[in-house]
Amino acid sequence: MNPYLAPGLILVVLLTVAIGAYGLRFARTTSDFLVASRSVSPSWNAAAISGEYLSAASFLGVAGLVLRYGVDVLWYPVGFAAGYLALLLFVAAPLRRSGAFTLPDFCEVRLRSTALRRLATAFVLFIGCLYMLPQLQGAGLTFATLTGGSYAWGALVVAVVVTANVAFGGMRAITFVQAFQYWLKLTALAVPMIFLILQWQSDGRPQVTPPAGAVFHAATTVVVEQDAVLDGTRRVEAGETLRFEAGDPVPQVSTVDAEFGADWLLPDGETSLFATYSLILATFLGTMGLPHVLVRFYTNPDGASARRTTLVVLAMVGLFYLLPTMYGVLGRIYTPQLLMTGSSDAVVLLLPEAALGDGHLGRLLGALVTAGALAAFLSTSSGLLTSVAGVIFTDVLRPGRNGSIRDFRVATLLAASVPTLLALYVSDMDVSRVVGLAFAVAASSFCPLLVLGIWWRRLTDVGAIAGLVAGGGAAMAAVLVTVLGPPLTGWVAEVVNQPAAWTVPLAFLVMVGVSLLSGRRVPPDVGATMLRLHAPESLRG
Amino acid sequence: MAVDESPPRPRVRVVLADAAARRVAADHGSADLAEQTPVGEALVKGLVRAQLALALRLALVVAAGLGTLPLLFAVAPAVGEVKVFGMHLPWVLLGLLSFPFLVLVGAAYVRWAERNEQDFAALIRRPEK
Repeated sequence: MNPYLAPGLILVVLLTVAIGAYGLRFARTTSDFLVASRSVSPSWNAAAISGEYLSAASFLGVAGLVLRYGVDVLWYPVGFAAGYLALLLFVAAPLRRSGAFTLPDFCEVRLRSTALRRLATAFVLFIGCLYMLPQLQGAGLTFATLTGGSYAWGALVVAVVVTANVAFGGMRAITFVQAFQYWLKLTALAVPMIFLILQWQSDGRPQVTPPAGAVFHAATTVVVEQDAVLDGTRRVEAGETLRFEAGDPVPQVSTVDAEFGADWLLPDGETSLFATYSLILATFLGTMGLPHVLVRFYTNPDGASARRTTLVVLAMVGLFYLLPTMYGVLGRIYTPQLLMTGSSDAVVLLLPEAALGDGHLGRLLGALVTAGALAAFLSTSSGLLTSVAGVIFTDVLRPGRNGSIRDFRVATLLAASVPTLLALYVSDMDVSRVVGLAFAVAASSFCPLLVLGIWWRRLTDVGAIAGLVAGGGAAMAAVLVTVLGPPLTGWVAEVVNQPAAWTVPLAFLVMVGVSLLSGRRVPPDVGATMLRLHAPESLRG
Repeated sequence: MAVDESPPRPRVRVVLADAAARRVAADHGSADLAEQTPVGEALVKGLVRAQLALALRLALVVAAGLGTLPLLFAVAPAVGEVKVFGMHLPWVLLGLLSFPFLVLVGAAYVRWAERNEQDFAALIRRPEK
């Protein structure tokens, strides 16, 4: 095992707790806990939002997908970044001016409906759990892969560190922790990439897709995990050990879904247009509906700074997403065995040692990327936990009353327990797929609610509820069938596994249609609300 | 600041309370807004419409710039074969250029949205012009 690994991981956990404790010194009131008393500067805030957003799916998953499927999956990083542009264009400033801290708050401010507020709370909890589950799973799998330890311990350690940090430090501490983790994640991918590119140059720039097919860069041993057929001819059994010399061709394993040669290099018919556009809709429009993203906007002092913060986030996130693609591409040369085992999510973790050798440099850089991965699990689950706990705190535990810091801690424990238990019992779900589904649910529920709520006066509470139930409910059902149901085939599989292309328009249509039919229920104070959402703060009395 | 209505008078030292009193006197627009008069409603509607038009226009730019790419690659596969700096065009467009493109659109939006708000504020502070 890599001797730098344990010290690196312990350092990240200690730093996280230490920065959390430093923030704790300032956290005195409930307001500090929930919104950092709105005293966070835009650059800190932008780094914190980016740090919170770049999850395991971004840090490990994107590179793994590129390694496997090539150019077709580049829409994932593009969509993850473009989501912030949609947020900037349609939501950022008005949402901040509404004064809403959570999505249920926004429902209350805009439509004055308790029923809608409860429904929105249910959606926040569902999306929060769905998004937190893969983070804990990813943590468990990373620990298991790298240390040979158990999956459950990895998931538990991350869950406990995150819960303690949120419960004792709250939002104020979390802002500093998240900002630190953005820079850690960027460094952890950027620094090794410099050395990897130098190594690739000195190896004589080997081709990513050689015309004669992929070859092993160095001698490699692969342990077969399940019975399969190699290159359509040779049968291998589970447990069998295969040895390859440098220069041997990489065989295609029948049980692992991956693309080779021109299929990988060029956009092709493998991924249908429906699935591609569905993915684009889900990621472009889903970001604004993620509970942990919106909470952050309340920490901006006014609408104009909310807009500037979002722009900085867009730049920071875009800068980060240049890197995972490069890992996926270089993984094609240096870690082709992952295409045989199917554990392509590990490419970021294994690439430095595979390319640079297991000397000190390779091992140090390997420990650095692993520390970055740990930061990814910690930051996203902290942010999700803060926002889900915030919703439980304000809407479930003591609706309508002001709670104490103790109540917030109880809410944090409650919010952490469900996904942690789920993560311990469900370990075989695909990380990036679950994250994609969370985006689809958010895009079909909160995106129409926010966009219509902010820009359309004639939205009514009944219309909003109907749209949430129809679009969000359909997306939720598709998620449950995909995750728990039997494997589907043909066009049904496509429509259910990538639901956004039909659930998002459905949600918008139902919301607009029912609102027009229930026109008398438009809130009488809609004019005042619109003024509050859109007029600059300087005009307020 | 709105001082047009005050008669010409000798140079005075400006005191905070003094300035505030004069601003209230000139602020017909703010009163219109706060009291929800038809004029105030129309002003807010105008601002909302301007901001929405701006957001939709820029969303259209992104839809045209990025959203048409899957269709383009499907209809004209030859585009995918074009090489730029030794890399295939789809990799350059999606993996590299899409991010600065998104940031540029965002920066343009922030600039124009703030200008819309300044115009609105100027209109409210000096409704007579």
